[in-house]
Formats: sequence, C-alpha cells, structure tokens
Amino acid sequence: MAGAETHKVVLRLGDDVSTDAIYPGRFMATVLPTETPQYCFADLDFNKKLKDGAIAPGGVVVADRNFGTGSSREQAASCLKGWDLIIVANNYSRIFLQNAVNLGLRLVIVPGIEAAEGDELEFKDGEVVNATTGTSYAAEPLPPARQAIVDAGGLIPYMRKRVVEERAR
Amino acid sequence: MGMTVAEKILARASGMAEVSPGMVVEPAVDIAMSHENSALIMNQFFEIFEGTGLEPTVWDPSRVAIIFDHRVPAETSKTATNQKKIREFVAKQGITKFHDVRGDEGGICHQIMAESGYVHPGMVVAGADSHTSSHGCMGAMAIGVGATDMAGVWALGRMVNVEVPPTIKVVADGEFKPGVGPKDLILYLIGMISAEGANFRVIEFHGRAIRHMSISGRFVLCNMSVEAGATCGIVPADEETFRYLREEACAPGPFTAVLPDPDAVYEKTLEIDVSRLDPQVARPHAVDNVVPVGEVAGTRIDQVVIGSCTNGRLDDLEIAASIVKGHKLPAHTRMLVFPASWRIWSEAQKRGYLSDLADAGAVIMNPGCGCCLGVHQGALGDGEVALATTNRNFKGRMGNPNASVYLASPLTTAVSALRGEITDPRKGA
Repeated sequence: MAGAETHKVVLRLGDDVSTDAIYPGRFMATVLPTETPQYCFADLDFNKKLKDGAIAPGGVVVADRNFGTGSSREQAASCLKGWDLIIVANNYSRIFLQNAVNLGLRLVIVPGIEAAEGDELEFKDGEVVNATTGTSYAAEPLPPARQAIVDAGGLIPYMRKRVVEERAR
Repeated sequence: MGMTVAEKILARASGMAEVSPGMVVEPAVDIAMSHENSALIMNQFFEIFEGTGLEPTVWDPSRVAIIFDHRVPAETSKTATNQKKIREFVAKQGITKFHDVRGDEGGICHQIMAESGYVHPGMVVAGADSHTSSHGCMGAMAIGVGATDMAGVWALGRMVNVEVPPTIKVVADGEFKPGVGPKDLILYLIGMISAEGANFRVIEFHGRAIRHMSISGRFVLCNMSVEAGATCGIVPADEETFRYLREEACAPGPFTAVLPDPDAVYEKTLEIDVSRLDPQVARPHAVDNVVPVGEVAGTRIDQVVIGSCTNGRLDDLEIAASIVKGHKLPAHTRMLVFPASWRIWSEAQKRGYLSDLADAGAVIMNPGCGCCLGVHQGALGDGEVALATTNRNFKGRMGNPNASVYLASPLTTAVSALRGEITDPRKGA
C-alpha cells in the first residue's frame, strides 16, 4: 500500500472469523460481485450500518488470527470489496487470502495489531500505525506469489495477459 | 534433497526435477472440479477473455468436472437459472465429466470424483470447493481454490502462482478401540493443532492406523484436513488405493503410487497413538473446539444429520442403520440422512439400510451438500441443537445463526440420536 492514508476502524472481530460469518451460506445462490455486498456480515448489526450508509468507504475491519477460515466461497471477498472495506488481521486463511488478492480486496497482514472500533489507523509502507493509541505495528508482506497478482490489478487482468501470451504460441 | 508426496507431485506437474517449500510453481492440472459455483466461474472466465478477441474455451474439456450438489434439485428460480446456464456451457464446451441432477450418476462432488475414478494417485486436482482436500485420500495433491482461480485454470490448464507448501507428517499408530474411528482421529488432530494449525501446509498421513484404514476412512481425514487450514491432506497410495480404484471406481489402471523419499523434509512430525483416543465431539461454533464425548454427554439434540461428503458413504450408513434398526427415534429428535451419492443411496437401499433408518423415523434425503452449509433443506430453528457427521459447525452453518451444531462420528451420532442426547457410543443405545 503506497503512501500514508488514514482510515477508521469500523468493526473489531476476534479469531477465526469464518466465511460463514462474512457471507452466510444461505445467501450463496447469489454469486455476482455486484449483488453480494447486501449480505456482507448479514448476521451482524454491522450489515444494517452498511446498508444505512453509516460506514464510509475505506472503513477498516480489524481481526485477530485466521481471518476467512472455512469455505472457498468468493462471495466472502467480493462482498467486503463491494463496500470498499480494508481488512487488517494477524493472518488469513489460505483460500480467503487468495480470493481477496484475486479480486483486489485490500488486506494487510499485521501480527499483534491492537485497535478498537473508532480508532484511526495510518497505513504506511510496511507499517500500520494506530494513530489513536500511538502504537506502530509492522505489516508483513504478502506471499511473493500473491504480490504479482496485486501488481497486475487482480487475477483477471493477470490471467488475461497470460492467456493472450500463451494462446498466441 | 528428499521430497514429500506433495513436493514430488508439484515437481512433476511443474516440469521440475525438484521443488522445495516456498518455491513458486505453476503445476499442470490433471482435473478441475466445480459445482453450482460454476455460474460465478463462468462469469470470471468470460471476463478473462474479454477484449482479447480469443474464443473463451476451456483448455481441455475432458479434464473439467462439473457436479451439481449444493442446491439439488434447485430450491429457487435463481438456482435453476444458474444450473440451466451451466448446462448450456457444458454442452457448448463439450465437457464430458458433467453430473447433473440425476438419480443414477449424481451426488456430492467429492464423492463423485472418487467413485467415478476421476482421481488417481499422483494427480494435481484443482477444485472450486474447500473440501477438495478430500482427494488426497487417493494419494493425489488436491487444492481448493475460489472461483476466479478456477476460471484461470479453465483458461490455462495450470494453477498459477502456487507456493509449494511445507508438509506436516502425521503418524497415526495403534489400533482404534471399539467405538472409535477415523472421524474421531481427525477431530482430535484438529483440536490438537487448531483451525490454523496447518494453514498454508499439507498434512501427509502415515502409520499403521492409516494403512489399515479403508479409502472411506482416509477420505474423512483428508476431507477435514482443511478444517485445520491444510491445503491438502494426503494419504500416500497403497494396495487399498489400488483396490478401491479397481473394484469400486472401476478405473482402468495401471496406477503408480507417489511415495515420499526416505529423506523427505517435514516441517514437523506429530505422532498419535489412536488406541488412546475416545470418541470425539467438536462443540459449537468452531471445528477445533474438540472434546472427548463424555464432556458433552447429555446435551439434548433436536436434529441429527447423517451424511455429507464427510460421512455419507456406505460404511457410514451401515453403522447408522445397524444402530437404529428396530428402534424408534425419540419424539423430540428428528434425523436426516444424506447419502454422499446416488450410487451409495441405491446400494444402501438394496441392503436395506435406508428402510432400517426410515422405519426408525429418519428422513432419507437426496444426496447433496445443502443441509451442511444451510442453503437447501434441513435448516435449524432458533435455539435448536444439531449433532451431525458433517465437517463444519460455524455459527450460522446449518442455516441459522441462533442455533448450534456439534460434530461427531456416524456411530456417536446414531447412538446419540436414539437417546435424543449426546451419548458416548460405548455406553450404548
């Protein structure tokens, strides 16, 4: 994430936030990224806040360990992206991390992050500063194989280039 | 340097002599599997080709498997329309491994892949479903991915940007005590290493308890490896794998087992003496919230679910049927049975298991995943408690965030069903 930006923590969660919590299974017949945001965290009051327009784009969801555990449902990444949320967690479950990167959802790996709802986080290169508490946390880089996809603007543009190259052979 | 099974398979599929953890590879995919989420994969697949002037065609229609199982038969017009679009895509692309809503060849995708002989030892399987890890039971490397990753596989025939995962070796020795089996072992392991204990890693299973286990049992281990975050659970192929392929999947061989090198490097080795295990239960609302059954005995159950990709095979139904045969479920406990495939449904019917279950009061459902993930029948009411042989118990999983799901083996579940409360199966029905 280039340059310093400041964003407010709009939701604070704990360990093992499952894809069923992010996007409950009962809404899985809905697949398109244009339609999934309505069910984002559907079982939390947070969903109503999103729909009421009480959450500005760029709001930060902070969680502890293993965010996105469970299913491969891409809706869990696309619904968060649809509201322009940023995810900050200690670490992520593999498939969720890949889906998020593929779709261009902004996420940062920040071990030991401490932040409460309402805190302001400052995003710098390799670092997240909780401006409210004054504490700075080192951000871990994405796995190298993922960074190439971020740099390409997501998996679809990345694959489009690859397909054109390979089918031209 | 010696390689693990996953490393050997990824090296072969990537055209490299040797790989080691952390290397980025692009393995060729031997088979690519998806289900109703093919509707989203198609959307992403067409987007990849947009503006390129190229015809959007899958790389090899004989290597794409599409199996309807999440919402069968369609519960809404939306699902029905998505299934219709997928059928049209299948026809246009010439995809041959297509399993529609049919009572002869349909079923849950992971079971269909195994019993149709689509997965062989040493293959790279890409699946747009997290429980794709199941296919490691055939000695394959099976990786669950999201829809856009799968769209890329359809386009290129390779997985791109795969980091070779480190491997955790699990050695399970000893003999199970009566009443304890593969489901108890995997629940115990997940409880031991946690829901992220194998995240970005492969679990390779070894030991005498594994060698003596049928493919059905190995399937349970690999299916639920993902509940510890594993990229794949792998049981190296052996005579049992070949027997299954030959006799049950009727697959033409020959097959070659991919075995780890004697000097393969593991991130760590965990040893479990299965003879020390009691029946295990995962409590709400996390799969790693595991305790011996005694700690939750007496918990009243409203709904029991036997089946799913985890435990809906013939041996599972046989156990459940043998327990409830000649008895009646208590008035407050309903039982739903989901065989993992129609082939299993049919065989269970011939052997009388389904009538034994139905006569006891169980409802025999059609094969499918819908109940486990709360998208299609079998939803729980507010405050209700379920005991299930399925693989996940996250809040909201069985269709209701105000309900609770416990997970256990088919035996523990069936015995508990008759009592209407969670029961140690060794204390009997």
